[in-house]
Amino acid sequence: MLTAGVLPVRWMGGNGCCERSGPGAMQLSELPLSGPWGERHLLGLERLSAAQLTTVLDLAEQLEQATAGGSERLSLLKGLVVANLFFENSTRTRTSFSLAARRLGADTVDFSASSSSLSKGETFIDTALTIEAMGVDMVVCRHKTPGAPHLLSRHLRAGVLNAGDGTHEHPTQGLLDIYTIRRHRGRIAGLTVALVGDIRHSRVARSNIHGLVTLGARVIVCGPSTLVPTEIRQLGVEVAWNLDEILPEVDCVNLLRVQFERQRGAFFPSIAEYAELFGMNAERIRRARKDLLVLAPGPINRGVELTPDVADGPNSVILDQVSNGLLIRMACLSLLARERRAGTGGAL
Amino acid sequence: MSDVLIRGGRVLDPASERDELADVWVRGGRIAAIVPPGTVLAEAGPRVPILEASGLLVCPGFVDLHVSLREPGFEEDECVLTGTAAALAGGFTTIAAQSDSSPVVDNRSAAEFVRLQADRAKQCRVFPLGAVTKQQRGEELAEIGQLVQGGAAGFSDAKHPVANSEVMRRALEYTRMFRRPVLHFAMVPELADQGVMHEGFQSTRLGLRGIPAAAQDIMTGRDIALAELTGGRVHLMCVSTRDSVARIRQARAAGLGVSCDVSPHHLLLTDDVMERFDPLYKCLPPLRSREHVDALIAGLRDGTISAISADHQPRAQEKKQVELDQAPFGICGLETALSICVQALIRPGHLTWLQLIARLTKGPADVLGLPYGTLSPGQAADITIIDPQAEWTVRASAFASRSRNTPFDGQTLPAVVKSVLVDGAVRFGVTPVASVP
Repeated sequence: MLTAGVLPVRWMGGNGCCERSGPGAMQLSELPLSGPWGERHLLGLERLSAAQLTTVLDLAEQLEQATAGGSERLSLLKGLVVANLFFENSTRTRTSFSLAARRLGADTVDFSASSSSLSKGETFIDTALTIEAMGVDMVVCRHKTPGAPHLLSRHLRAGVLNAGDGTHEHPTQGLLDIYTIRRHRGRIAGLTVALVGDIRHSRVARSNIHGLVTLGARVIVCGPSTLVPTEIRQLGVEVAWNLDEILPEVDCVNLLRVQFERQRGAFFPSIAEYAELFGMNAERIRRARKDLLVLAPGPINRGVELTPDVADGPNSVILDQVSNGLLIRMACLSLLARERRAGTGGAL
Repeated sequence: MSDVLIRGGRVLDPASERDELADVWVRGGRIAAIVPPGTVLAEAGPRVPILEASGLLVCPGFVDLHVSLREPGFEEDECVLTGTAAALAGGFTTIAAQSDSSPVVDNRSAAEFVRLQADRAKQCRVFPLGAVTKQQRGEELAEIGQLVQGGAAGFSDAKHPVANSEVMRRALEYTRMFRRPVLHFAMVPELADQGVMHEGFQSTRLGLRGIPAAAQDIMTGRDIALAELTGGRVHLMCVSTRDSVARIRQARAAGLGVSCDVSPHHLLLTDDVMERFDPLYKCLPPLRSREHVDALIAGLRDGTISAISADHQPRAQEKKQVELDQAPFGICGLETALSICVQALIRPGHLTWLQLIARLTKGPADVLGLPYGTLSPGQAADITIIDPQAEWTVRASAFASRSRNTPFDGQTLPAVVKSVLVDGAVRFGVTPVASVP
């Protein structure tokens, strides 16, 4: 999927192990972009065009080449500080962002608060302003409240990257899911992707929907009727309540985690019943297309959304998603850093 | 004292359905006469101060049915002095003070404290609302008779619904003998739990927890049934949904003691604005979708909704500068109420000026049985003079209210309040010029 003519020779040159020459010497202004970007913040996928989405996906792919799968370092973000502001617990996403920033040569600082800063009597905005005043260039924000990163973006000069805002969006997860599908299928347009599970409370579902629909996929959302609001059709998706009916038609299935912690009361009678109706198991794999891709954003509840044999089976690309997450986050950080440098007249 | 001639304005008095150019003569703080322009009253003194009202609208002072004054207990948001000053700045000369102070106005002395502070403030008229239930908990009736003696004009648990139907039934029965209404906020609490906005496509898209229209519709239906059962008077505050309007229309046609009001922001804004995730738009009931807004406007046109209330909910800045789910509900509404109504109702041609002024004056006054909101000769000269052509730019920092939680900051809006008179004395705006008539 490399865009011919865009990839600079120097990225491919050298052995990639040395920062002084080869890809390590790459400057932000020399990022090999295949299309437009122009965003100071990455708050969600809803507003991004197909061309912008493709820019990120292509850049991630180039970074995969340049870093030998993300294992080697570049110095694109050298001298920049990336703050991880996590107001909600997340080991996976925070680790992935930290690694991505360090792979690009940035310094990272982690700030964690179990929930809201209010517990300390400080407003959320004051907390962020304080962190920014320490000289932070980009803020990666995870928060349990939808719109919290949007609020930050209106108050901070730093670039804001949404790492999941409550039940709203999780753009890098959406991008890495889409990237994973594209790596395996070579395209997005024309594919049928089913998002299965707790659609109502899933930020991953929303980001996937926006990205996939914009790139021309057919998206079916499937889950218990209490967790699949029918208004969601207005986002351009189909709604299904019976997984077995749609299974033969789908190219990829993305199994969303049941968000027990975000649900208000009981949305289905029992976990066993959920697994029976919507869990991906060997029997369902047999009835699906042979080349069905099974994705799960994790952390997965084995035995609920999918059985262990499916999670570890040949259709599963769950671990690919994790490593692709690193590349996508490197791409997003690079793009925002480039935009920030352009915005400050290169005075970073 | 307090003689004034308001000269050459377009006089709008819903009580007499008057809408004509006229002079308003005020003597001794009361309306003396409304006469054709230029008519000299024989009994008028030689040096009557004059307010020139040419090109302006001369209306009864506005009446608001439920203003949160926040004192005592929440003086960081508002106090009686600043809240009543904000009322005057918005053209309101009479307000009912909501019972949601701390302590709650659920006893006689608390009601009398509100009146005392209002007397000291010397701004607009203030009538306390007493709580329906002790501590607004919805469990036991407050001392309603004692509250009446303390000056309570009506009863309300503010934004706390009286969820227990038995308690609400007894409240409607008991308030009957005092001829005071219960002002109820209709919402099924469990359907609204943790919600921050209207439930619909936008809440689904934004991942924000919704409050369905049914949360109001169900409780509205219950209240109507209880009004019928008890013969009591229930006034539903802040109606926001299509079906609630339909049910109230039907109930009023059947002659039940049911009335309702609507807030200006529910007439102008829809839930689309929530995509900004701005806590300044977070209010209760939530901003609804277009179909509901259209139904509210239709309800105002046909009189189903007889009152507009600013639903003034001042909140200190720091309380709103937090995450959406942590922020309190409410909009600081008194000072923008008129302009928002003009923007939402007059400019698009939904209501005539006389209809709008009726919903701001006589409509709410009738709900509480108050003798205000009219320019009838002999009544107190509470008068609001408006420049309908002028525009102004909202500067929240210049509000008379102690709070600034308005989503309209910086917007240029139509209609300016020029002068506000209480008992014939100018309490806000342009003052009369001494002159010989």
